[in-house]
Amino acid sequence: MSERDPIITVRGLVTNLGGRLIHDHVDLDVRRGEVIAIVGGSGSGKSVLLRSIVGLMRPAAGTVHVLGEDVLASDDSAMRSLQRRWGVLFQDGALFSSQTVAENIQVPMREFTDAPQALMNEIAAIKLGMVGLGTDAAQKYPSELSGGMRKRASLARALVLDPEIVFLDEPTAGLDPIAAAAFDQLIASLQKSLGLTVFMVTHDLDTLHAICDRVAVLVNKKLKVGTIDEVRADPDPWIQEYFSGPRGRAAMR
Amino acid sequence: MGDQHPANTICGDGSLMASPWFQLDRSGGTLRLTAGGPWTVYHAGSIDAGLRRLEPEGAGAVEIDAGAVEALDTTGAWLLLRTKAQLAAAGARITAFKFPETYRPLFEVIETDTPPPPAVVATTTSLAAFFERLGRATHQTLLQALGILGYVGRITIEWFKTVTRPQRHFRFTATVHQIEEVGINALPIVGLLMFLVGIVLAYQGADQLKKFGLDIFTVNALGIGVLRELGVLITAIIIAGRSGSAFTAQIGTMKVNEEIDAMQTMGLNVDDVLILPRVTGLVIALPFLTFYADIVALIGGAMMCYFDMGITAPMFVRQLHQAINLDTFLVGMIKAPVFAYVIGMVGCFEGLNVERNAASVGKLTTRSVVESVFLVIVLDAAFSVMFSILGI
Repeated sequence: MSERDPIITVRGLVTNLGGRLIHDHVDLDVRRGEVIAIVGGSGSGKSVLLRSIVGLMRPAAGTVHVLGEDVLASDDSAMRSLQRRWGVLFQDGALFSSQTVAENIQVPMREFTDAPQALMNEIAAIKLGMVGLGTDAAQKYPSELSGGMRKRASLARALVLDPEIVFLDEPTAGLDPIAAAAFDQLIASLQKSLGLTVFMVTHDLDTLHAICDRVAVLVNKKLKVGTIDEVRADPDPWIQEYFSGPRGRAAMR
Repeated sequence: MGDQHPANTICGDGSLMASPWFQLDRSGGTLRLTAGGPWTVYHAGSIDAGLRRLEPEGAGAVEIDAGAVEALDTTGAWLLLRTKAQLAAAGARITAFKFPETYRPLFEVIETDTPPPPAVVATTTSLAAFFERLGRATHQTLLQALGILGYVGRITIEWFKTVTRPQRHFRFTATVHQIEEVGINALPIVGLLMFLVGIVLAYQGADQLKKFGLDIFTVNALGIGVLRELGVLITAIIIAGRSGSAFTAQIGTMKVNEEIDAMQTMGLNVDDVLILPRVTGLVIALPFLTFYADIVALIGGAMMCYFDMGITAPMFVRQLHQAINLDTFLVGMIKAPVFAYVIGMVGCFEGLNVERNAASVGKLTTRSVVESVFLVIVLDAAFSVMFSILGI
């Protein structure tokens, strides 16, 4: 497969939530190996777009293809084999609260592979190391971790089967600027070493400038996609305000 | 030894799927390990044990060649690195370690980031562990009992404060809402169940007493049974399952959402806002529900008496009048507020004990129902003993 092959294809996506139109015929192509960020105002439907792509929500119309598989029309077994080729990081981690971090990380392995327990323990420790958590975090329960550590543990769980795509829902929200920058670097380095495609929803302008190849802006129920410079040139008032407001200028420096 | 792994194996679903393999060659004092196939997490189970057993067995040098692997992920890379480290630790010299160049970043991230993995999930099932669990559970139960006792005391004090200065503390609207929630909304289910209980009691009583020609005494058995014991007991158990659990779940969910913490920082007294309206509402509602339950059960019993034995309504009422007096009724009713207090108290107490995770809400809701039903029955027995000593 070439670098330029679209790995996610969204065509004519229409979403209605409680009678309100959220997406009006949205198109999107995500290429293999790139880092793409979806930005947009609060309530503009960024997370809804992510949920539609991973099959948690059914749009009113349109098609979604991930890794060549039609997400909206696949049967259960096709969906299962697709689900182990992607990992999802939810906003607050969504770790299973009744299990330790190590058990959380091992859930996908237990479900999809026949790896023996000793090997699963080793893999869990490696993944914890990859996301920058010490092995002492392995025995802790999610409620004993800070928000940033929960996100890292959840990222380790999302990466445990070495997926081809990771979906990140606001990965740096709620982190202090130093932790957020470290998380950006973590995602960038993992993306390089594991050859990941990263699809993220974010508000964070620093993240955009630091690690994103392309940006998709959700304004007026449509997506405008391009590199940061291309999108900045768009005359839309929201985009201008977003990139050229005080925070936008600060992130540019 | 020369482990030989087939390049292909038949999978469970009958399809032909490539498996990872490795070959060993021990000629000339050098151990050559050649690896191939997909070394990924999905297939690692088949080679893990073989690699873990691997020893140099006198070979001074080791060459590892993974140039032929078709796919490699973190797990596969870890297996190669682990084997390398394991052979080196056994005294062998690693003279070559080859893998496809495209996977170099993967090896780098593991080699730089990874501490030696510890045993992560340990499960012990020894006798000592059993006694440890037993000890912990006993300790936990004692703490729990002490906790409830302390809590009952605290709420009772709050209640007296409320009674003395109602304008300051008492939440009238919330209390009325709770009365509607736990009392009026429970009427259909309590009515249906007590009606059926009345029918069953009358039927079983008639069946036995007919043998002695004492049909009419069915009414006595029914009246005394329902009014003294069953009316209040079954109503209390239904309410423990219906409202006690709801109290725990509501307060527990608020605890998970940090709503309780928010209240405290705003200077709201959680006891006043959440606990007292619920407990007060239940204490007011349960006697009325019990009265209603008594009447419905008697109606059910009377219907059964008519259809089974031809005892008409006037006969039923006359016989009932002879069988019971006001005390019979009051003995049942006096228990209702006590049961209500216990159910409300346990429900709220367990709700406040919820920890900040979703599993905890379910666990404590179950515990709340079990505890309140248990306490209701124990108290009912205590009442029986007390009344028999008093000669009522």
